[in-house]
Amino acid sequence: MTRRRILLAGVGVVSFAPIARATQAEMAEAIRDLIGEALLAPGKVKLELPSIVENGNTVPLTVSVESPMTEADHVESIHIFNQKNPQPYVAAFHLGPRAGRARVATRIRLADSQRVVAVARLSDGSFWSDNADVIVTLAACTEQ
Amino acid sequence: MRVLLAAGLAVAAAVTAATAEIDPEARRSGYDFASPEIRAMQDDDTANPGMLWVLEGETLWARKAGAAVRSCQDCHGDAEASMRGIAARYPALDAVLARPLDLEQRINRCRTENQRAEPLAWESEDLLALTAFVARQSRGLPIAVVAGPELRPFLDLGKELFRQREGQLNLSCSQCHDDNWGKRLAGSVIPQGHPTGYPIYRLEWQSLGSLQRRLRSCMTGVRAEPFDYGAPQGVALELYLMERARGMPMDTPAVLP
Amino acid sequence: MARVMINIPPRAKRGEIIEIKTLIQHPMETGYRLDNKGAAIPRDIISRFICSYNGDEVFRAELFPAISANPFIAFSTVATKTGELVFTWIDDNGQIQSEIRQITVE
Repeated sequence: MTRRRILLAGVGVVSFAPIARATQAEMAEAIRDLIGEALLAPGKVKLELPSIVENGNTVPLTVSVESPMTEADHVESIHIFNQKNPQPYVAAFHLGPRAGRARVATRIRLADSQRVVAVARLSDGSFWSDNADVIVTLAACTEQ
Repeated sequence: MRVLLAAGLAVAAAVTAATAEIDPEARRSGYDFASPEIRAMQDDDTANPGMLWVLEGETLWARKAGAAVRSCQDCHGDAEASMRGIAARYPALDAVLARPLDLEQRINRCRTENQRAEPLAWESEDLLALTAFVARQSRGLPIAVVAGPELRPFLDLGKELFRQREGQLNLSCSQCHDDNWGKRLAGSVIPQGHPTGYPIYRLEWQSLGSLQRRLRSCMTGVRAEPFDYGAPQGVALELYLMERARGMPMDTPAVLP
Repeated sequence: MARVMINIPPRAKRGEIIEIKTLIQHPMETGYRLDNKGAAIPRDIISRFICSYNGDEVFRAELFPAISANPFIAFSTVATKTGELVFTWIDDNGQIQSEIRQITVE
């Protein structure tokens, strides 16, 4: 038991287990599961995340894809992956021509400073991606 | 030589011990220290997570409760009118109890005395919701706590507590929030500690929480035993903090890291 | 029933792309946190979100523990006809919460 855990136990509150973190390899595997043998090209996708956050609990994320969003040419889905949380998956958004615009915003958790990757699948079967690096600083005075 | 050294040390100690109040012109709220992303979260009422509690509070306001089968609305009518400016004046003196009550205590006093209902627990969803709803009606209005002669002793106690070193880290509130605001402590910028946006949606909590929770959390941070919820020292400190922030606009529900 | 906030324009022009913002109160318990006795707090998250418009699914999301508490999702859809949008959140245990909003399309 680390010294920090002993101190925390005294305060009697929630703590985090030393969990196996997803690695870059696991993120790569998760992406491979999605795209199969297809090529992943950078471009068309724009992943917006702050470059530095004071708290990794609630990080605003916006992802958009250049696309006319017509029946013939649209974004089918956008998948978000991360590098260092316990799991590589963050979210998957399913769009289609009824969306009008390929743009989704949400708020995510980042356990540590890491890279986040967004992969878009288009109606023609192609995959495009963008990534963003986020530095997660920790609050000086946590409740625990 | 030794006398000179002792005198020098005494002067040094006196200088470090004396903490300066922030110049009223130099006061900045937590919002001013927050990142653009956090500010954007707060500014948009349709995306501010704190608004979930405000909306719940609106529902509770109209709900009948207690043996008296009365809702807040039955006595106070439309909150937008009757509660306007109220939170900006709290903590306020309760003439009967002859001591200040903060907003949460005031709400509970109404519940027990007028609705004849059980008081709501500290940090319970319902109390947070009602407090947030009432405080929201003061948004944009300047903090205007009235510290008349009856409140003076409590204000003085609050000020003393603010300056008192405490905890294993032996730090006073003042040392960080008066003397070193704007500088960084670990990854965070130290704010001035003005309670303009309470109850706040704190990212650390992933939930709405009261000023008392935040104060207790700070005390734990310096490894001091935190006051119990509703303890007179806690309310005195709240009173001092609100007085220190007089004139600053309320921005409940604030979003802070 | 968790508290929900849905922001959608009450009226729109036919063919206009409207932005919809949704927020639902939910702890999104990851399953990785331990309580003060060292036991894991069980995972409890909203795992799916669906928006349908006059019966057709127009947006769907799969959510994982990496989505923040009180999940916020903003997306867009094309205003086609006057009618009903139904927003559905489904958690790990299959519990469902649905909200309905009307839209008038001119």
